[in-house]
Amino acid sequence: MTTSAADTYSAPARAGVEVRLDGLRRRYGQVVALDGVDLTLHPGELVALLGPSGCGKTTTLRLLAGLEDADDGQIIVGGADISRLPASKRDMGMVFQAYSLFPHLTVAQNVAFGLRLRKVSKQDRDRRALEMLELVGLSAQADRYASQISGGQQQRVALARALAIEPKVLLLDEPLSALDAKVRSQLRDEIRRIQLEVGITTLFVTHDQEEALAIADRVGVMQDGRIEQLGPPTEIYSRPASSFVAEFVGLTNRLPGQVSGGQVVVRGCQLPLVDHSVADGPVIALVRPEAVTVSAAGGGESGPLAGTVIAVTFLGATSRVTVDLGGTTIMAQLPTADAAQVTAGTPVTLAIRPDPVLVSADPAVASEA
Amino acid sequence: MAAVTSLGESAPAARPATPGSMHAGRRRKLNLFRYVVFVIFGLFFFLPLLATARYSLEGTKAGSWTMKAWAQIATYPGLLSAIEITLELAAITCVLVLVLLLPTMIWIRLRVQWISRVFEFLCLLPLTIPAIVLVVGLGPIYNWIEHYNLSALQLCWVYVILALPYAYRALATGLEAIDVTTLSEAARSLGANWLTVMTRVIAPNMGQAILNALLLSAALALGEFTIAETLNYTTLQVALFNISRATTNAGVLFSTSLAALLFAFFLLVILSYSRRRSRRRG
Amino acid sequence: MAAAVSTAGARPRRAGHLPSLAWVGTLPFLGYVGVFLFLPTGIIIWDAVRNPAGQFDLGSLKLLGNPVVRSYFTGSIELCAATAFAGAVLGAILTYAIATGNPEGVIRRLSLAGSGVLAQFGGVTLAFAFNAAIGPSSGFLFHAGWYYTFPWGIGLIYVYFQIPLMVLVFLPAIDGLKVQWREATENLGGSTFQYWRLVGGPLLTPAFFGSMLLLFANALSAFATILAWENQISYTVPQQIYIAINSEVGLASNEGDILALGMVVLVAIIMTLYALLQRRAARWLR
Repeated sequence: MTTSAADTYSAPARAGVEVRLDGLRRRYGQVVALDGVDLTLHPGELVALLGPSGCGKTTTLRLLAGLEDADDGQIIVGGADISRLPASKRDMGMVFQAYSLFPHLTVAQNVAFGLRLRKVSKQDRDRRALEMLELVGLSAQADRYASQISGGQQQRVALARALAIEPKVLLLDEPLSALDAKVRSQLRDEIRRIQLEVGITTLFVTHDQEEALAIADRVGVMQDGRIEQLGPPTEIYSRPASSFVAEFVGLTNRLPGQVSGGQVVVRGCQLPLVDHSVADGPVIALVRPEAVTVSAAGGGESGPLAGTVIAVTFLGATSRVTVDLGGTTIMAQLPTADAAQVTAGTPVTLAIRPDPVLVSADPAVASEA
Repeated sequence: MAAVTSLGESAPAARPATPGSMHAGRRRKLNLFRYVVFVIFGLFFFLPLLATARYSLEGTKAGSWTMKAWAQIATYPGLLSAIEITLELAAITCVLVLVLLLPTMIWIRLRVQWISRVFEFLCLLPLTIPAIVLVVGLGPIYNWIEHYNLSALQLCWVYVILALPYAYRALATGLEAIDVTTLSEAARSLGANWLTVMTRVIAPNMGQAILNALLLSAALALGEFTIAETLNYTTLQVALFNISRATTNAGVLFSTSLAALLFAFFLLVILSYSRRRSRRRG
Repeated sequence: MAAAVSTAGARPRRAGHLPSLAWVGTLPFLGYVGVFLFLPTGIIIWDAVRNPAGQFDLGSLKLLGNPVVRSYFTGSIELCAATAFAGAVLGAILTYAIATGNPEGVIRRLSLAGSGVLAQFGGVTLAFAFNAAIGPSSGFLFHAGWYYTFPWGIGLIYVYFQIPLMVLVFLPAIDGLKVQWREATENLGGSTFQYWRLVGGPLLTPAFFGSMLLLFANALSAFATILAWENQISYTVPQQIYIAINSEVGLASNEGDILALGMVVLVAIIMTLYALLQRRAARWLR
């Protein structure tokens, strides 16, 4: 008799809680890890913190978990200020990047561990552990040890263990970073599915922007201890608030352009601006490759959008076409079928879709162009 | 003119165990514990050394100070010759250990890998056969050797055996750190024969490990007492023992002990310097 | 005792060719070890099972049942077990103090260097030092009346070299405790005490007992120190072996061989147990 995870899993007694981080600051000696982080997680929401190493995303998570103390700021969970509460009393479930499981305990014992600490009876613990293992699809491995199961399975057990204690908040510290690419994408969707099913407020830390965009309700892009932009994935991607966000998330072309009258002219195309308040003048425009289309030119075409293909990179469903426009290189990303018409050396004409673009008069960006 | 940027960082940042990543309170308690432990153990380990130093400087009247015991290292009857012969013994042992182990280990690694488990077992076997046991069976063998040569240097043969486990581990660590197969294949494809591969490709890359093995073997030879004493050879340790039987707490015992310790410390410093240099080069 | 000479990359033998004779290159080594390790061991075993007439006689081994001989073994085991235990417990505390410090810091470097130096301070020179420090007639610090009572004075000296050995052997185990396990326990609601009771303790137990066994074997084999401490009365097997070899009259002409054989068997058992525990420890605390 097979039962689905949804049948056997009983809904938690509590619904998702709100988590608020106010003005968190943390430094290690001279190094500033967090420089005033404000973040609110709505009940049941999954927020991904995204950024390069050293940006402070893991520190934020660890402060929330209570594994480290903030120098300044407050942490409020479900309306209660827990800033001074030790980690063991915060009632949060955490999944680590690696070495999550206790090697001397079986999978089931690992999952039941938190319940054992809470003096839950053996019968109840075992039952709940099995429930959790079914939720993550690993009830068959209950009596194995960590060393006997794969990395992906270990992380699923870690998730089961974190959820077994019915925590208020779920914390995931780059849980997929140590896994193979294929396992990573499968497990990422699993995690999201389970998180939605349980309805728990979740903070997910990652450096992989694809991960963040795929599963989060909102993404917070961090740099140098601050959140640069916080919003739904589509917004982060198509309306980046700064050039850092634009360049960290997805690929970008940097093209010189001229702003006038609320629009920017890039290589002869008029493109709307994300931020209308930009002053007139020369800028660098950040154009997404998928906004650029390529068509084989008849030959003898000239103009700002005429050029020669340098290379075509096959990526599976899409292909990236790199085009030399006489002094500037542009990347276009097209469905592979469309890119089939061109190869290296083909003369082509480009078109830029009028998506709103981010521009920057930043000399640092300008100098790299 | 770069117009593209890449996706976010691909290498995951391993979280370093920063000293700050613990609660301040718990860190404080831990540090208190640590300092207490270091003070207590430090005293325990230091006091015998202190006693040795004091006795090495003790004069004929209690409470007086003199360097006589240190001068006696050179003048005490039989001591200097014992020191000399022990140093020679250590040098010979080192060379023998290297000559015996290094080519064999490289050869096994290159050509006879299936033997390596057996080889490891043999090298570690001396750990389970204490010197005092080994010497019981060495009697007849050394009786035979003494027909030909009475010098204490003959101890080198058995000292090599005693040094095997330590030298083996040192050299094995060094071998593991370099990709022996690839290096040797590259050299062979360029025309080198096996001898060249061993002497000019592999061995030069094991400098640190070889130095380690040499120092361990030397330390063993300098400190060995059991076999030398039982077979009636006079090495440094045996000479010291005899002196102590004749004159309990003779000053020269302590000055020599301290000198040996300083020498060992000096060798360790050299070793750590060479380690740092090789790390910079690498 | 991890495998150091790996078998990775062994090329498969090509069918139709004679098996390689490359193993001949290991003959010098095998020959050497044969002469200076196996031959003496063989001689010991051979002589141990001879009666005074020189014939093969397993009855010779009955000497091991002799109460005097048994007292040597119990003396050895008492001394070595006690100092192994003390060394292990004290050494574990010291190791923990070292391990929880900065991995690159001064203390760790000093400690490891110190262990190396202290390892040189063994043998007769160590006994001299303790004589000088607390000898009943000449002690620099104080006069210990119990110094020449077995196993007290010598026990203290043994602990002096057991502790550094414990640090060297146990440090990798404590280093192997991943910080994530501590944090996971905390996160799941555990206190420090619960962590050590349910996670840290169980994980370290094989390594701890394995190290203690190593200390035990190490003490069993020690000879120089105890001879320099007391060379007239035999309390332990090594002392008696020495006396047996050097004297014409003993309990039997092959007393030394029999004692040696007994010792080897004892040490071999200990080292086998050690190896088994090490494997478990390595699996968890890699």
